[in-house]
Amino acid sequence: MTTQTHQTTQTQRATGMREAFVHTLADALDRDDRVALVLAAISADRFTDQLRRHPNRVVDVGIREQAMIGVAAGLALTGHRTVVHSYAPFLVERPYEQIKLDLGHQGVGAILVSIGASHDDPATGRTHQAPADVTLLDALPGWTIHVPGHGDEVAPLLTAALATDDRVYLRLSTRQNTTPMPAAPGFTPLRHGGLGVVIAVGPVLDQVLAATEGLDVTVLYTNTIRPFDRTGLRAAVDSSAPAVVVVEPYLRDTSAAEVATTLRDLPHRQLNLGTRRDSELRAYGTPEQHDAVHGLDAAGIAVSVRDFLRVG
Amino acid sequence: MNTYAELPALYDRLIGDEKHHLAATSTLDVLWVLYDRVLRVDPAHPDAPDRDRFLLSKGHGPMAYYAILAAKGFFEKSTLDNWLDFGSILGYHPDRTLVPGVEIGSGSLGHGLPIALGQAIGLSGPRVFVLLGDGELDEGSNHEAIAVAGRRGQANLTAVVVDNASATHGWPGGIAARFAVEGWVTATADGRDHDALERALTTDHPDAPLAVVAEIREN
Repeated sequence: MTTQTHQTTQTQRATGMREAFVHTLADALDRDDRVALVLAAISADRFTDQLRRHPNRVVDVGIREQAMIGVAAGLALTGHRTVVHSYAPFLVERPYEQIKLDLGHQGVGAILVSIGASHDDPATGRTHQAPADVTLLDALPGWTIHVPGHGDEVAPLLTAALATDDRVYLRLSTRQNTTPMPAAPGFTPLRHGGLGVVIAVGPVLDQVLAATEGLDVTVLYTNTIRPFDRTGLRAAVDSSAPAVVVVEPYLRDTSAAEVATTLRDLPHRQLNLGTRRDSELRAYGTPEQHDAVHGLDAAGIAVSVRDFLRVG
Repeated sequence: MNTYAELPALYDRLIGDEKHHLAATSTLDVLWVLYDRVLRVDPAHPDAPDRDRFLLSKGHGPMAYYAILAAKGFFEKSTLDNWLDFGSILGYHPDRTLVPGVEIGSGSLGHGLPIALGQAIGLSGPRVFVLLGDGELDEGSNHEAIAVAGRRGQANLTAVVVDNASATHGWPGGIAARFAVEGWVTATADGRDHDALERALTTDHPDAPLAVVAEIREN
């Protein structure tokens, strides 16, 4: 397989999300004949039993990502609850027009499940990284976007998504927090403080908690960034201060418009942290080294937040 | 009523008095044969689960398609009179969520065949037909689906390619050969000959998908 190198690397660093996805979906495929899965070679070795047992709803189209989305749409049009899975760039960026038209414009749903995230494995370089995936899907109407922060958050998010017909993106990562959080629809308050509100999305929670240790700020967590919980943010701001920091493990500013819309009647300040937009990071190395360049490690977040809140 | 002879008058309601354009429409005859002789669809129940699916992948120039759907009773003929207006269900590119009997929204080329393949995989019993143009075959997405459908032996899938030699760089060796090499059964017919089209569209293909090339060679 062309994916051997990636899969070996993934396995060495695997800490649970992909395994939780495979386990939960395999079980759903065996129990519910409405559930379907379309693959494009990636992870086909994880579903060999289901490919053999359910050939009319578990399909590996080979390395053909346009057909992957089109076939998924066709299955959805015939009443199936369809999951599509690949590396983030091949799942979201390469067949983007198929996602827009074959799913959105046809008025059907599917669950897109990605691996690779922003820079899970920097040794693979830019070709296997998709920090803009959430931003791109957010440009299309009707997508629910989950960014789990722990392997234990995957099963409840996937199970809930399977029970709907919505368009859902589930962004898996090999990075995860030490403690799983509930799969709640909006923001979960973890700390309360008076200087402002810091939002941690998915697998940046550990860094955010470390960076804000001892700071008088409210910390919110979510693994569902779309729909954006405007009510939850507004309540948090009303009981803190109109200063909002969003820390997202993907393209910086992705949720800036949501924050601005939430607080449009209120003079406020906001700071958005995420992967950099201004240049392509041409470097290999480790995810932690990339975090540092993007300012997403605990030290970088701490400097940015303290500067933004004007505390020493 | 509901005859081929009725189509020019319906077409006029879309276009005005340029009847010669209908005769020049490359998809007219194969669409008529599909709806009149081949497809198991019921205009009174356009969403019946056991219906055959017809996907117009080549969504450009849908006037003949709309005229036939109106002739067959999928919507009121008066619907044709204000097409393209704000609020009309009929546009230059069909929208499945607006038009009864339309299975996919199309217009951007190369989307229909992969979707049709997914429907064929997902359906047990009904057949799936998809109409493409020879120029549309330029889109690589078609070739992804041709390979997968052929290798799966997707016998409930039929691709109809209306070939009016419009592909920018042509298809040396013929369009049918592109499908045959991937394991499809193929049939070629004069795209104006209703009986020949019917024979081609009903070609036996118990273990493989069928590709019908409808050749249009006049100007």
